[in-house]
Amino acid sequence: MSTQEHAAAHVHRDDIGAKMGMWLFLFTELLLFGGMFFLYSVYRFVNQDAFHLAAKELNTIIGMFNTAILLTSSLTMAISIAAIQKNNRNLSIFFQLLTIVLALGFMVNKYFEWSAKIHHGIFPGGEELLAKSQGEILFFGLYYVMTGLHGLHVIIGVVLIGFMTRLTKNGVIRQDSYVKLEAAGLYWHLVDIIWIFLFPLFYLIT
Amino acid sequence: MENHEQHAEHGHGYGIYILVWLALMALTSITVAVAGINFGALTVATALVIASVKTYLVLTIFMHLRSEQKAFRIFVGVAIFFLAISFILLFADYSF
Amino acid sequence: MSSEAISTNKNGYVSYLDYKGKHTGFLGWVLSTDHKRIGILYLIALMVFFAVGVTFGFLMRLELIAPGRTIMDPQTYNSIFTLHGVIMIFLFVIPGLPAVFGNFFLPIMIGAKDVAFPRLNLLSWYLYVAGGLLAILSILLPGGPADTGWTFYIPYSVRTGTNVMFTMFAAFILGFSSILTGLNFVTTIHRLRAPGMTWFKMPLFTWSLYATAWVQVLATPIIGITLLLVVIERWLGVGLFDPSLGGDPVLFQHLFWIYSHPAVYIMILPAMGIVSEIIPVFARRTIFGYKFIAFSSIAIALFGSLVWAHHMFTAGMSNTGQFIFSLLTMIVAIPSAIKVFNWTATLYKGSIELAPPMLYVLAFIFLFSIGGLTGIMQGVLSIDIQVHDTSFIVAHFHYVMFGGTGFGIFAALHYWLPKMFARMYNQKVAKVAFWLVFVGFNVLYFPMFVMGWLGMPRRYYDYLPEFQPYHLTSTVGSWILVLGLIIMFTNLIVSMRKGQTITKWNIWGGETLEWKVETPPTLENFDDIPVVTERPYEYRENDLAELEKEAK
Repeated sequence: MSTQEHAAAHVHRDDIGAKMGMWLFLFTELLLFGGMFFLYSVYRFVNQDAFHLAAKELNTIIGMFNTAILLTSSLTMAISIAAIQKNNRNLSIFFQLLTIVLALGFMVNKYFEWSAKIHHGIFPGGEELLAKSQGEILFFGLYYVMTGLHGLHVIIGVVLIGFMTRLTKNGVIRQDSYVKLEAAGLYWHLVDIIWIFLFPLFYLIT
Repeated sequence: MENHEQHAEHGHGYGIYILVWLALMALTSITVAVAGINFGALTVATALVIASVKTYLVLTIFMHLRSEQKAFRIFVGVAIFFLAISFILLFADYSF
Repeated sequence: MSSEAISTNKNGYVSYLDYKGKHTGFLGWVLSTDHKRIGILYLIALMVFFAVGVTFGFLMRLELIAPGRTIMDPQTYNSIFTLHGVIMIFLFVIPGLPAVFGNFFLPIMIGAKDVAFPRLNLLSWYLYVAGGLLAILSILLPGGPADTGWTFYIPYSVRTGTNVMFTMFAAFILGFSSILTGLNFVTTIHRLRAPGMTWFKMPLFTWSLYATAWVQVLATPIIGITLLLVVIERWLGVGLFDPSLGGDPVLFQHLFWIYSHPAVYIMILPAMGIVSEIIPVFARRTIFGYKFIAFSSIAIALFGSLVWAHHMFTAGMSNTGQFIFSLLTMIVAIPSAIKVFNWTATLYKGSIELAPPMLYVLAFIFLFSIGGLTGIMQGVLSIDIQVHDTSFIVAHFHYVMFGGTGFGIFAALHYWLPKMFARMYNQKVAKVAFWLVFVGFNVLYFPMFVMGWLGMPRRYYDYLPEFQPYHLTSTVGSWILVLGLIIMFTNLIVSMRKGQTITKWNIWGGETLEWKVETPPTLENFDDIPVVTERPYEYRENDLAELEKEAK
């Protein structure tokens, strides 16, 4: 018996198992953000007025616009999976690329939003921010950390979907084997879900 | 046998995804519109309820939870339960 | 590659130790995705870190032999107890059983060829080693090792000038390693059980790993993010926990213990699983209350997640919070007690064979009962306020974590090492080592209960002269313990190379699947995936007669 056969026998395919692993990973992501939501909820509970005041600094329009972008990108992601299920490879690739474009659009928006804040001196350690009340400092601390980590997840998602596009082009992801794309989709939808909560909790509490 | 198992699911058309997307957009508009109104203590609750409905839609349709094995739904239940119970117990300290 | 290139042992099959894949030699190990080789890799790394942790503990005890300065200055002492905690917790007891023996035996016990994600499994090992090295590296870098205690309490952890960021980041990476192992095990147990291996035919070790894996997946991210937030706070000055920026140090403690309390169940559950494996084998009895033991693992994982704030009774919690958490703490004792009673019931009327693994298991039950019962005492508010942050807590913790998990790991080593390496250690020496470890352990930690009760604070560099007799006894105990450990590990390590060769598949007369494969197992464990028809631990009359015959 050759060792190659040995090695090959290790690679057994279990799509449901792969998805299960992905879901479990998503739970760790959920709890990771959950930890920050603990912080948010307690600090908001203790500093209600300061949080309302601080939230006034955030631009609801940009926030809403970004929410729309992210929700749409979730749609395009879902469609790209449906397309590969129907063996429509080009359509799938198109929608994956569209998802990436939307994600980048989200990040560009975020960039402008953050740089405007930083320009006004509202950043960790900034004098403008330190002059504010402690509740407001906490609000912005959480704002930067939570949207920052969320942004990091968006970037990871972009890279991940980029890989998937390549695999789809190579024919690794195809009608009868698309669990990788599905896993990337699951990740992307989780990023969306996190934002679904971040948006009202930071932008809509005035 | 394995292959049969792998593909027993799915078959969502594009239509349902677009419908869900429309619903998500509509809910976003509602949550923004409602935020202007002061419900007092219920303001946060309203925002969270709407966000939960949106999450439910994403989970069941976009993330295919509806057509997945039962074990997956139980898994999600366990994770959310763990998160929720931690919130409740944490506030057992802070709200008194 | 042709089959000639592969060395076969004398039984004519290729063991996992001998096979040659794409890489050979050292690379054949560190690039292997075989769950058994990864288990061995973990074992080696774990033993190295354990040796470091023991050394720090030993030095700490030596410093405390007399009041005042003995061998080190206070800052060194603070760093050493921090590193002792970090290394022992994050690098030894948490990964100890799941990563070493879970990796090696979980797939075999459920009749699988490997875990669900073999490459991810290897990645967890690399993360583990990276985290460990980072923790050790913090000693060498300017600034010196962290001196916050393994709990990293705010606000000191944002103020101290030591390399606390490194140590915290190391713990963060180690958390990830732990999460990936947990994720892998849950998927493996769900997807890769052999035909006929229903949930209630799984060995109890598997059940305990399943419960553990869920806690790893769900609770670990919370400490991950908490430590990361402190790192961010120190690094960028973001206001998150620091009270001078409005933060709440008690909230840090909440977040820390939301993970770290369930983490003690990550540590103890697999050890309970080992006990449930070993007792039936050496008592030659079907385990009593299989389902109760299985479900109590799940119950411990569940209730264990609800009691974290009993670590914080004196931290300034609300009275309602104290009341609720004190009450919930009592509930956790129930599933643990269910296990202890079932084990005792299994032993009743069994023909008990006091082989080394069984000795460690019996010691486990004894020490864990002491540790568990003193734990319930601390769950009671009035007592906790008296003994909080005294060496009473240290004693309790070591009775549970060392007397429990540590002895569980030692039991597993003596039980499974011959299977893993096909070599038997010297059983007489193993028994001598056991008694030294057991006596040394009690001499070391029992005085801490007494002096803690009398008011000796934990983690203190100096103490009042009236505590010296206890400290002296304790330090003498540490010598006996370390002597026992040295003899034990020398015996085991020597046996791996020079021990008596074993060819018998079933060394101890176990009934679970790992005893129905070759010694040592082949690369893929099974030529054909077995079909399971029996429950584990079914000792019937004729089996017993057969085992008796074999023994002669």
